[in-house]
Amino acid sequence: MTTDHRTTALLLFSAFVAVTLIITTWVSRHRQGSAEEFYAGNRLFSPMENGFAIAGDYMSAASFLGISGLIALVGYDGMLYSVGFLVAWLVVLFLVAELVRNCGRFTLADVVAARMRERPVRIAAGTSSVAVSVLYLVAQMVGAGSLVALLLGGTGEAVQAWTVVGVGALMVIYVSLGGMRATTWIQIVKAVLLLGGTVTLTVLVLLRFHGDVNRLLHTAAERSGHGDAFLAPGLAYGGDWTARFDFISLGLALVLGTAGLPHILSRFYTVPTARAARRSVVWAIGLIGGFYLMTIVLGFGAAALIGPDAVRASHASGNTAVPLLALDLGGGAGTTGGTVLFAVVAAVAFATILAVVAGITLASSASVAHDLYASLRRPGGKPRSEVAVARVAAVGIGVVAIALGLLARDLNVAFLVGLAFAVAASANLPVLLYSLFWRGFTTRGAVWSVYGGLIPAVVLVLLSPVVSGSPDSLFPGVDFQLFPLQNPGLVSVPLGFLAGWLGTVTSTEVPDEARHAETEVRSLTGAGAA
Amino acid sequence: MQRSNAGDVTYDDPWYDALASGWGESAAAVALPPARPEPAAAPSAAADIYLEVQRSAAFQEVRRRYRRFVVPGAAAFLLWYVAYVVTATTLPGLMARPVAGAVNAGMLAGLGQFLTTFLLTWAYVRHARLRRDRAALELRWDTQEMARGRGGAS
Repeated sequence: MTTDHRTTALLLFSAFVAVTLIITTWVSRHRQGSAEEFYAGNRLFSPMENGFAIAGDYMSAASFLGISGLIALVGYDGMLYSVGFLVAWLVVLFLVAELVRNCGRFTLADVVAARMRERPVRIAAGTSSVAVSVLYLVAQMVGAGSLVALLLGGTGEAVQAWTVVGVGALMVIYVSLGGMRATTWIQIVKAVLLLGGTVTLTVLVLLRFHGDVNRLLHTAAERSGHGDAFLAPGLAYGGDWTARFDFISLGLALVLGTAGLPHILSRFYTVPTARAARRSVVWAIGLIGGFYLMTIVLGFGAAALIGPDAVRASHASGNTAVPLLALDLGGGAGTTGGTVLFAVVAAVAFATILAVVAGITLASSASVAHDLYASLRRPGGKPRSEVAVARVAAVGIGVVAIALGLLARDLNVAFLVGLAFAVAASANLPVLLYSLFWRGFTTRGAVWSVYGGLIPAVVLVLLSPVVSGSPDSLFPGVDFQLFPLQNPGLVSVPLGFLAGWLGTVTSTEVPDEARHAETEVRSLTGAGAA
Repeated sequence: MQRSNAGDVTYDDPWYDALASGWGESAAAVALPPARPEPAAAPSAAADIYLEVQRSAAFQEVRRRYRRFVVPGAAAFLLWYVAYVVTATTLPGLMARPVAGAVNAGMLAGLGQFLTTFLLTWAYVRHARLRRDRAALELRWDTQEMARGRGGAS
């Protein structure tokens, strides 16, 4: 890459950072320091604002860079991510959004703890929420790293490492100073920028082919060297049965995981009513659906215009396909148009990463302070303000995410996100659905279902080819691979549901009728909602 | 948010505020675990309100309407999604069958998933608005009214 690219991209990115810092200072002017304000922005956002913020939270760099990159490399199989990510929102809309808004205050554990013995349930749900968030954060950090590597032409690991550290520092600043209000506005700005960038690129791709989608697909197929097979499933997951089950496992994790993501659930608490939560989801589905349709065009566009070989040469997992596509669409390397467009896309991707990590950090600091610290602190200890603890937690989570992000640098970001979704679907979704819909659910069932999903999911990932036993693993040198699939969802999601059922039927605790009635009445009517 | 347990020493501590007020409403104070240092002042009648509402015909109707829509709806889209994923994996030949130009059956199925998602979103929102919202809102006011009358709270 030339110096021009770097300078322009860095300028644009600095501008975005400046804007976000101004937002953060602006909203923290009249800070009261209440938990309501820090975690939920006083619940004053409108459905449209929240819808954009949800979209901003959800359309991560993993989607923008990772999915388009996968489609550019393996064609149709990359589309599975887009479909799964979108259909997942129906689970959220139908079963989760309104009920969670009515029942909880700040976190997933609020909903479950309301009808159970509070302490064990909070510790369990808090732990799994933090685990999901950290995995998701790592994915974003890896995205940031590979983007910088491309931007700086792969020079110097040190620069790449410092960028990851910088992203981590910024997210901690946003979250600890601005809380939910700053985070939400950053998400909104980012969602507008990202959609703007994606629409521009999509229009340019379609213009290049004179609006002829057919020719775009044919060109992509020819250029890929796979012919029409590029446009059909099977290139990435079509081999042996292991690969096929991996595909199904991933699909299951994607569609069930979204409803268990802590940073998505916490977004529903930022609007005043369940109806507003529903309308935010409708906005989000519209924006996200449009976005994923465009990533498909961008992916095939990158395959047609850049070619999978060039994409792979730039980054083995395809994360840099879209920036390369932007360079080409603007007129190629060395031209003003190419430079500007490339810089814009790079800056938008940076903005995306910053906004998403801020959202996740906020949600996980809420889990640490509101669920874990609150339950684990010594009863005689000096009581500290919950918001102060949440701010410190944000710093701690930032440090962990940076460290893991540096370690996992070479993995495809879309794939890492798939893992986070698998853990969310196994550990968080069963307990949430059981609490909302099962009259006989007990405390033991709740605790078992969280750990019964979380532990298998994490252990299966550790024993999978992702971590050891294959040349692409995190630790290629050693081999303790026992589980053949890369994504644990197919096994761990049913285990989570099974463990919850088993824990409930074996417990001697009599389910509390009154508290179940309360959960049910509140969830459907909104009576007494915070 | 108001609560009746103002005499509680932990009241001003935002820490306790967060934990103990999981429901954010005084009527729910009785539903908290006994281990928590809450005053036993709230009458048990307040807890019975929810049982009473839950057993009322109006609530059962709202719940029935909600479930009659979301259970078949969720089953349908999950089945359609799983069918799509499994077909793409096990029968790639079927998905590769050309339909028109470069567009094959797999492409159509994928875009079909997008389309059904949008349609189901629209149908759900319409159903909720026309069949559920008004009744749910009335129940909400009634419940809160009852809680106020009986618990002496808020």
